[in-house]
Formats: sequence, C-alpha cells, structure tokens
Amino acid sequence: MDVPLFLLFAFIAVASAISLVVQTHPISSALSLVGVMVSLAVLYLLLGAEFIAAAQIIVYAGAVMVLFVFVIMLLNAGTEHKSSKSPMVKWFGIPLFAVFIGVISFSVQGMLPKSEPVVFGAFTQGGPLEVGRALFTVYLLPFEVTSILILIALIGAIVLARKEI
Amino acid sequence: MPPIPAAVPLSWYLVLSAVLFSLGVAGFLFRKNIITVFMSIELMLNAVNLSFIAFSYHLKQVDGQIFSFFVMVVAAAEAAVGLGIILTVYKNRSTLEIDEINSMKN
Repeated sequence: MDVPLFLLFAFIAVASAISLVVQTHPISSALSLVGVMVSLAVLYLLLGAEFIAAAQIIVYAGAVMVLFVFVIMLLNAGTEHKSSKSPMVKWFGIPLFAVFIGVISFSVQGMLPKSEPVVFGAFTQGGPLEVGRALFTVYLLPFEVTSILILIALIGAIVLARKEI
Repeated sequence: MPPIPAAVPLSWYLVLSAVLFSLGVAGFLFRKNIITVFMSIELMLNAVNLSFIAFSYHLKQVDGQIFSFFVMVVAAAEAAVGLGIILTVYKNRSTLEIDEINSMKN
C-alpha cells in the first residue's frame, strides 16, 4: 500500500512543482504550491511525522499561502510578459535540466545502495508527545529564540507595510 | 525496467526532495514576477524539509522533525517580512517585474 501512495503523491508534488514554474499567472503558481504542500504533508505522514504533517497543512498550506494569495490579489498581479529568450535557453534549457535531475538522482541512489525500506508505522516517535518533549527539553533555547525572531518579523512587517516608507 | 519494490526505499524520498529543490531553483532563476520568485524559495524550503524528515525516519530520532519545524517557523516569518518588502517595492515602483527593479545597478 505504501508504494502506490508514495508514487501518487510524489507524482502530484512534482506535477504541481512543474506547474508552479511554468504557469505565467501568479495565482496559478500559488495554487500549484498549495498542491505541492498538501502532497508533501501526506508523504510526511507516510514517514511517521504526524505533528509536522499537521503543522505543514495549518502553517504552510493555510497561513503562508493565504498571505501569498492576499498579496497577489491586493497588488492585482497580472500575467508575466514574455521575455526574449536566447535560442540557447530555448533549445538546451529543458534537456540540460533533465540531465541534471538524472545525475542527481543517480548519485543519490548510488550514495545509499542498501537504504532501508520505508514502512508506514515503523517509526512512531513523530507524534505531538515526542515532538513536544524534545522541543521543550533539548531544544528549549532555540524555541525561545524563535519567539523573539517571530516578534522581530512581526514588527518588521508592520514597519515595512506602513504608508510613509 | 527493474520491478517495483514492495516498500519504498528511503532514497526515493531523497530523490523526490532533490527534484523539488531543482524545480525551485529553476523557478527562482527563470521567473520574472517577484511573487513567483518568492514562491520558488518556499518550494526549496519544503524540499529541504522532506529531506530532514526522511533522515529523521532513517535515524529513528525526532531531531530531524524539530529542525523541519524550525524551518517552517522561519519560513512563516520570512513570508511575512518578504511580502511586506514586496508591498513597499510595488508602492514605490508600481511594478512587480524584477528586471525593472534595478536602481542599485550602476
């Protein structure tokens, strides 16, 4: 059951990512990015990361993408203009990119020759209990520093979006 | 063609992560709308998160998931600040094309 699920959602993720890159309207790109994020959340569930999968849906597919769509609609962003690409880009871009992907895949496969199979349910330490325990004991200082980072980002966003600048 | 294995090898997740990251780089380099460039950065961050969680499974430790949690938090903060910058740029320049935002050139 794992293999069809992985293949289905990996295909959705890659197809949505390609759609993100080739669409000319920003709203289409944003909706493709939502597709990538939701399918990645399913893959996180297959890897046993339940808390991160839920956070992915809520934070990324929810909050961040709503922010993106809000700004796209606020600025009334239209379709991109076509650029005058050189013939090199037109003819060699996609084949070279495919070769690059192939080389990367081959080297990753070669680096992990006897990699273990991923079985759903073999790793159960990714629930909210374990994540919360690690977050509030070992990683307490980074967690608290993150709260200051969020505060700075909040103030920075308000200052940047003021009328006077 | 090799037969489909009974379970997914870990390397497939890493290959998927590499492919998504490369697509993010391609979008970052080839697109001209500043918002789409920003979304490509988010795609790259997501691809790295997938690697973190795959290695968390491989090591049977929760630390990789904590790291991807922090990446998520930083990405949310970055999105807020970055979109504020985009709003300011649009207010000053009335354009979203990154080729036209070149006042630091020359």
